Amino acid sequence: MKMPQADADILARRDRIVGALRAIVPGEGVIHAEREMRPYESDGLTAYRQLPMVVVLPETTAQVAAVLRYCHQHGIKVVPRGAGTSLSGGALPLADGVLLGMAKFNRIREIDYENRLAVVEPGVTNLAISAAVADEGFYYAPDPSSQIACTIGGNVAENSGGVHCLKYGMTTNNLLGCEMVLITGEIVRLGGRHLDSGGYDLLGIVTGSEGLLGIVTEVTVRLLKKPETARALLIGFPTSEDAGACVSRIIGVGIIPAGMEMMDAPAIQATEAFVHAGYPLDVEALLIVELDGPQAEVDHLCSRVEAIAKECRSVTCKISHSEDERLLFWSGRKAAFGAMGRISPDYVCMDGTIPRAQLPAVLNRIKELSRKHGLRVANVFHAGDGNLHPLILYDANLPGQLERAEVFGADILKLCVEVGGVLTGEHGVGVEKRDLMPVMFSEIDLNQQQRLKCAFDGKGLLNPGKVFPTLHRCTELGRMHVSGGKMPFPDIPRF
Amino acid sequence: MSNTVKPRNAGEVEEALRWALDGDKALEVVGAGSKRAIGRPSQTDITLDLSGLTGITLYEPQELVLSARAGTPIAEVEALVASHGQMLAFDPLDYGPVFGKPAGQGTLGGVLAANLSGPRRIKSGAARDHFLGFSAVTGRGETIKSGGRVVKNVTGYDLCKLMAGSWGTLAAMTDVTIKTLPKPETEETVLVLGLADGVAIAAMGAAMGSSCDVSGAAHLPAGVASRVPGHYHGTAVTAFRLEGFEPSVAHRKAALQQIMRPFGALDALTESRSHTFWQSLREVGPFAATGAAERPLWRVSTAPSKGAEVAKAIVEKAGAQVIYDWAGGLLWVECLPSSDAGAALVQRAVAANGGHATLIRAPAAHRAAVDVFTPEDDGLAALSRRVKESFDPKGVLNPGRMWAGV
Repeated sequence: MKMPQADADILARRDRIVGALRAIVPGEGVIHAEREMRPYESDGLTAYRQLPMVVVLPETTAQVAAVLRYCHQHGIKVVPRGAGTSLSGGALPLADGVLLGMAKFNRIREIDYENRLAVVEPGVTNLAISAAVADEGFYYAPDPSSQIACTIGGNVAENSGGVHCLKYGMTTNNLLGCEMVLITGEIVRLGGRHLDSGGYDLLGIVTGSEGLLGIVTEVTVRLLKKPETARALLIGFPTSEDAGACVSRIIGVGIIPAGMEMMDAPAIQATEAFVHAGYPLDVEALLIVELDGPQAEVDHLCSRVEAIAKECRSVTCKISHSEDERLLFWSGRKAAFGAMGRISPDYVCMDGTIPRAQLPAVLNRIKELSRKHGLRVANVFHAGDGNLHPLILYDANLPGQLERAEVFGADILKLCVEVGGVLTGEHGVGVEKRDLMPVMFSEIDLNQQQRLKCAFDGKGLLNPGKVFPTLHRCTELGRMHVSGGKMPFPDIPRF
Repeated sequence: MSNTVKPRNAGEVEEALRWALDGDKALEVVGAGSKRAIGRPSQTDITLDLSGLTGITLYEPQELVLSARAGTPIAEVEALVASHGQMLAFDPLDYGPVFGKPAGQGTLGGVLAANLSGPRRIKSGAARDHFLGFSAVTGRGETIKSGGRVVKNVTGYDLCKLMAGSWGTLAAMTDVTIKTLPKPETEETVLVLGLADGVAIAAMGAAMGSSCDVSGAAHLPAGVASRVPGHYHGTAVTAFRLEGFEPSVAHRKAALQQIMRPFGALDALTESRSHTFWQSLREVGPFAATGAAERPLWRVSTAPSKGAEVAKAIVEKAGAQVIYDWAGGLLWVECLPSSDAGAALVQRAVAANGGHATLIRAPAAHRAAVDVFTPEDDGLAALSRRVKESFDPKGVLNPGRMWAGV
């Protein structure tokens, strides 16, 4: 993976830069000893590592603003980091960059039950928000699988999803506002406590912008009342076609489950051997369907889903009768990644989205690719919204396997785009899928996205080398290339 | 001003933009023109009429997705999805009657460009939340695409959010893709009668903080309640919509009635009457144009708990009438005619309580003179201008419709 060339001038001024940053963030907030920077060299995408020039851990918005203003003045690159759980390398440091860690922004500033919102600092973990409001029966809906560790700031940067976003949406659908510092040190407020501000929806752009537009220093999230109850069905099918048909039928009759997850045979076998959740081992596809809401609704829908499953040739169907049993059904799915670690030294998790109807065809093509590349693969799938997570198993110690796994992964993502889907459903582009962006976007598309970045970050100092395969200077992007010149008779074109 | 270009396809839209750039012409971008009178009056040379770009190009009910050309009538889209038991869950707001026109005249592209969401917004999200992908021609005369046809997508910047609510100032959309959802099996509405505004805010807060999962929470003070179907003369009405599967609605109705009993006398609207009631709110029916002197109409978005305070600050001084939607977070404020269309008063109330106000209906002279959209702070305003320039550096698309320079 090629990253932007380190600037020798910046590296030569390292001591002076560290000194200046210390003047802004005193004490332990500036880390520059190699040993102490080691924990920051990588994020959840561990295949890539790079020590930053220096790590800064500010505690206040004013410090963030001062650090950014300084970096902007001196042309120093900045890489933001939350908990470092990104699966796409979004927080991968740069050798000549400041790594700006937001972990110390860890307070919940306000919980406003009247307006059903919480105002939190970006370093608060996703799960901590729900925990803080649980006593009053509320929660924060998006639930990425790393929710115990990942921070809300990182969720904003990545527009994180989770297993329940079919019904409750992704991060972008659950935010009201944020405070953000631009690279110039300017502080802006986007949104507020109200819905749908007039004016450009910059909050919507910042969400999922992967740290390329600004540093979020406060987030206002919507809180939802916890559903009265939830039950899950565990349904086995002889083929993925049957399971896919069942998913379509459920949605077709008007049921939007809270979550709908599918696993293929390799994923079922690996997880069952790991956690003994009681998954059937003789099926090709397993579906977990979760229904939540008032008891009357959930019971009603459970029996309807059960009937649909039968029509779709299910061979097993269990319905949870207690909270423990529901969690047991989920335990295998939730441990899927860990289970892969048990049967393979390394794995890489892909994240494409496809139109659901394409699932059987895509699974078959993935099987072919698995044979072609000589690497095993297991599939877990947010079936309701078409978000596919193929887990490619490899051994980094065997020469060439990582490279093969990467090519295999790229082939899968290209396949997703080919059938009408997209490169990433929830993990982000980062460095991992950066060079695949032209598979989905034309040069014109990508240039316009970069022009939007220029509106926020004219010098291109925030997280360069992520998302966009080619970096352009803003002045170059700003030029107009209108062909044709003046029309001789400037009358109205007749269409 | 009255010259109109009406492209027949996306290629011709690009051609028109390039032509305008060449000739330094500014374009007014319209679909059916149903919201043309919203925003600051633009100084434009030519109207770019996108109503010729019609047709639903993809609809897969089981995938919950629909694509159409941007000029496709919203009524056509809603009729098609309804025939498959589905809906646009964001309840597209319909400004037709507010401007003295029939309902159902807008285009899908127009609904998205204005981010129009109705009463169900509090449960199901806004138009922007259901907007999955688009193609558009920017003010640079370039055709771009963003998003896709799948719900879960974080590939590149989420430009759909930016286009939603940009009022045609960044790019002219040619093709759009949206999410569709199943229509609820049934609906009912619980009414609480005779509540004062502040009490109604508390009642709506209690409903929203319960597990009743209401998909509409609105309060009509006595003065406007008589103007919705149902004839509640002289009585304020606070309404809660419950939608879903039969057993679930029955259960939640009982729970909600229990919560509401201490607040006031209860009543209910069964399915068809409930539908009519919320349809009327979706059209801001009580403030439909009457043909008499045009009264200024404001849309104010604020924190729900602040709704009554914001309204009070305006009503006391301007003799205005108010509808509360979104559990108090959305106010429709109809002022008496005045020299500034009530702008100073409305913007002051919003500044004091937080939120945003948009002047929806007023004579062009007033819309040219006052802040039609709440002004942004300096830093944010400069950022918005840079965003505008990144798409439309020469200001050819609806220049100045939102703010000067945007």
